[in-house]
This record gives sequence, structure tokens and C-alpha cells, in this order.
Amino acid sequence: MEVFLQQLINGLTLGSIYGLIAIGYTMVFGIIGMVNFAHGDVFMVGGFIALILFMLITAWLGVAVIPALILVLVCGMALTGLWNWTIERVAYRPLRGSFRLAPLISAIGMSIFLSNLVQVIQGPRNKPLPPMIQGTITVMGEGSNTVVLAYKQIVIMVVTALLLAVFWWLVQKTPLGRAQRACEQDRKMAALLGIDVDRTISITFVIGAALAAVAGVMYLMYYGVVNFADGFVPGVKAFTAAVLGGIGSLPGAVIGGLLIGLIETMWSAYFTIDYKDVAAFSILAITLIFLPTGILGRPEVEKV
Amino acid sequence: MSVRVTEAPAPVVGAGQPLLSVRGVKTYYGNIIALKGVDLDVNQGEIVTLIGANGAGKSTLMMTIFGSPRAREGRITFAGTDITQLPTHEIARLRISQSPEGRRVFPRMTVYENLQMGAAINDFAHFDEDVERMFALFPRLKERIGQRGGTLSGGEQQMLAIARALMARPKLLLLDEPSLGLAPLIVKQIFDAIRELNRKEGLTVFLVEQNAYHALKLAHRGYVMVNGVITMSGGGRELLADPQVRAAYLEGGHH
Repeated sequence: MEVFLQQLINGLTLGSIYGLIAIGYTMVFGIIGMVNFAHGDVFMVGGFIALILFMLITAWLGVAVIPALILVLVCGMALTGLWNWTIERVAYRPLRGSFRLAPLISAIGMSIFLSNLVQVIQGPRNKPLPPMIQGTITVMGEGSNTVVLAYKQIVIMVVTALLLAVFWWLVQKTPLGRAQRACEQDRKMAALLGIDVDRTISITFVIGAALAAVAGVMYLMYYGVVNFADGFVPGVKAFTAAVLGGIGSLPGAVIGGLLIGLIETMWSAYFTIDYKDVAAFSILAITLIFLPTGILGRPEVEKV
Repeated sequence: MSVRVTEAPAPVVGAGQPLLSVRGVKTYYGNIIALKGVDLDVNQGEIVTLIGANGAGKSTLMMTIFGSPRAREGRITFAGTDITQLPTHEIARLRISQSPEGRRVFPRMTVYENLQMGAAINDFAHFDEDVERMFALFPRLKERIGQRGGTLSGGEQQMLAIARALMARPKLLLLDEPSLGLAPLIVKQIFDAIRELNRKEGLTVFLVEQNAYHALKLAHRGYVMVNGVITMSGGGRELLADPQVRAAYLEGGHH
């Protein structure tokens, strides 16, 4: 029971990070029908930007932990958003209207470019971050059978929940979110109504990157290190989460993220930690075979 | 059909240039030519209709006005501005609205959200007032306000598409086959609404129809399109009385 609860907490924390990344995949897929393979690397870049910002803010300016965290989140979101905006402009927009695979291949190229760029600039080793938020709460149990909730886990889950609420409001209630949904449902009609489709797509990339940046900050805070290759595995897992939840569906991305996080941690606890990635990726195969539209995905039929 | 080309009539309302002018427009789909040099005018305050058989190029013209597909040759001007090369959304922002072929209601947005989308280009000025006007025009939409566009019936979607176009307070309204697939009673209701908007508010309407009888009765002027070419033009009543038009588009039709 203790093991289960502990893994539940760990799984939800990890799942929050996957969910934040998965939204970027699902939004871009929804609006331009492209799997953005570089998104995992954008998350990694977000982690590095966060690392550098943390160092600058805490070491040079000597700001306390909580304000520093907020500052890092805000600046990291803006900078990573700018990165992704540029990527879209350079690597994807010129290929719009080209054949379907072209932007996909361009995204794979961008993924390789980003991880290599960071390797060259930051070096190939793990970059550590001094622990920012320490301390734990013992939820239950004694001795070796305890269930522990770390403060940083609380921070991760709370920040994720707050961000998702803001994001949901943005998509559902604001003209910007409506324009995004309109472009997702019928791009040509949206243009007929005066919506600048290219601009809306750019904003989608910026928002996706901002959420990935938050995931990057959380990842860095949780594991304490970040590495140039860290974009790949979490990226593919978040993509799995998006597919599991139903690609194109925003709540699906979050649910998928939490599920993948839980599956991974539970597998590690009850079976073997060596095969935790196998467990997560088997889910991708199983979903694609038996539930191609995912949990909340919609079948491709519409009343005419 | 023999060709009887008439000169474009002088503007009915408003002096000087027409509100919309299409000159020598050629549009292609790949290498296939769809519009073979179309000339057409819509003047301020008029209802102009374009009739023709399925596949004549009527809807292509509607979309070419919006630059999607773009005219490969010729010139389109709106209120004196050359819009031939303008991006689609900027053409829309000059206040040309379209209720397009196939209605293209946003399927996973509610009726209310679809109307909001229509009002996006005038920054939601007069939004509440305009929504009330649309509900007065199409009371059915009020009953369906929270329902998703994709779950509406064909007639309701048509009403929504027209209402969404009107939410922009357009200077020119393009309607592509508003009567398609609808019950006669609803067709009458929609055409009455168009007539009323034209009379009371001076709305300029360019209407594409296969339902030639209703369209010509409603319109001040009409054009006939065959295989991407305008073959005839004239007053609505005049065309309605024309034996060739009657033979090609009205005999055996519903009236």
C-alpha cells in the first residue's frame, strides 16, 4: 500500500511534466496536422534556458528561491517561445503547402540540430543545478515504509494545475483561443472570416513552447540535472501521451501524460526499472493497434 | 447555348465605380482552367445574382474574389482597392463576408461561438446588438445557441453561415447557394431575410444560385455563367423572361 501511494505521487509528478509537453504535440498536430518531432528538443532547450536563468538570478542577483522560480518560469517561457517561433518561421512555414512529409522531415532535422547545438555550446555532460527546493512531508507510515511527498513535487503539481487552468481559459474563452480552434477545424473558413492563419499558427508554436519550457523547469528541478540528449526520451513519451489521450485533444494530452507517468513509475516499482521505457512505449503500440483515436480522440466523421 | 453578350449596365445606386469589379479573371486548378476570363460588376446597394449549372465555375469565382484560389490573370477591385493579390484574411477585413459553398460552419464550436467568429473582424463592436438582430432574423438559431455547429440540420447550418457572415457588418455579402438542400419554406425565409436586409440597410449582395427562379426574382441584376464564361447579363426580371434562360434553367424547375 505504501509503495503504491508513493508511486502514485511520483507518477503524477512525472505525468504532469509529460502532460505539459504533450500539449505542444497535440496543439501543433491539431492546427497543421504535423507531428513536431523537434518538440522534445524544444523542451530540452527550455531546460537549459531555465538552468542558465537560475544561475544568473540566484548567483548574481541573489534573489530568494520562490521569486527566482517565478522569474525563471516567466523568462524561460518567453525565451523558449521565441525559440520555437523562430523555428516555425525558418523550418516549417516555408514548407507549408508542400507535400505532407516535408515539414515532418524538417522537424526531424531541427531535432538533430537543436540537440547538437546544445551539445556544442553547453558540452556533452550532465549539467547540475544545486537543489532549489528541499524538504519533504511524510504523508503516512513509519521507518522504511513511509510515503513521502517532497515540496518540489507539490510545486510541480500546483504549477502544472495552475498553468493548465490558465491555458484552458485561454483556449476556450478568449478570441485568440477561438481563432486557434477555428483554424484547427477549418483553416480556409477562418481566413474568410479575417483570421490571419499564419499568425495563429505562430502563436500556437509559441504557446506550445512556453508550456514545454515550464516542463523543462520542472524537469530540471525534479532531477537536478539536464543534458543535451534529454529532449529525446521525454519527448517521445510525451508524444506517446498525446497519442494515448487522442491526438488533437487538449484534455486528452493531460490525461495521457498522467497515465504514461503512472504506468512508468508503477512498472518501475512492481516489475523492473530497466524496462520502464519498454512499458511506456508498448502503450504506444497497443494504443495505435486497438484504439487508434486514443481515449478522447474523435473518429474522423462529421455530420454534413 | 448561343452567346448574347450585353454591356454591363450602368450602376443602379451610387455614382462612379462599382463596389466590386471583376475584370478578365482567369483561375486555374493546377493546369485546368476554371474561369476563362470573367467580367462582372456589383454596384453599391444592389443584389446581383450569378446563375449557372453545376460545375460552371460559380463557387470558384466566389473563392477567387477572396484570393483562394488566386486569379492567375485579371484584376479584382473592391471599393477602389485592388484586392487581386491581397491575402485572404486582409480581403475579409475590408468587410467582404462570405457564406461559402458547403456552409463551412465550425463543427466543434457552438452556435454562439460561430457567431463570435463572424464578429472577430470588427472587434466585437455592437456584438450583443448584432446577435439579437440575427436571432430576430433566424429565431431558430436562438433555440440552438449552445449547440455545436456540427450537430445542426442543413437548414440551421445555412442560417448560421449567413448569420455568421452578417456579424461582420459587411459592405458586401457573398452568398454561395443559400438554398442548397433546403426545404422550400426555409428557402423562402432566407430569401425574404436577404431582401429585407437589402431594402432596410442597403446591404449589397452577390448571390450564386442554381435555383435560378428565386434568385432572379430577388436580384436587381443577374449574370449567367457557362463553363467558366459569362454568357449573358441583364436585369433580374429581364433574364427571368428570356426564353434561353427559361429553357436552360427554369423549365421543369420549381416555381
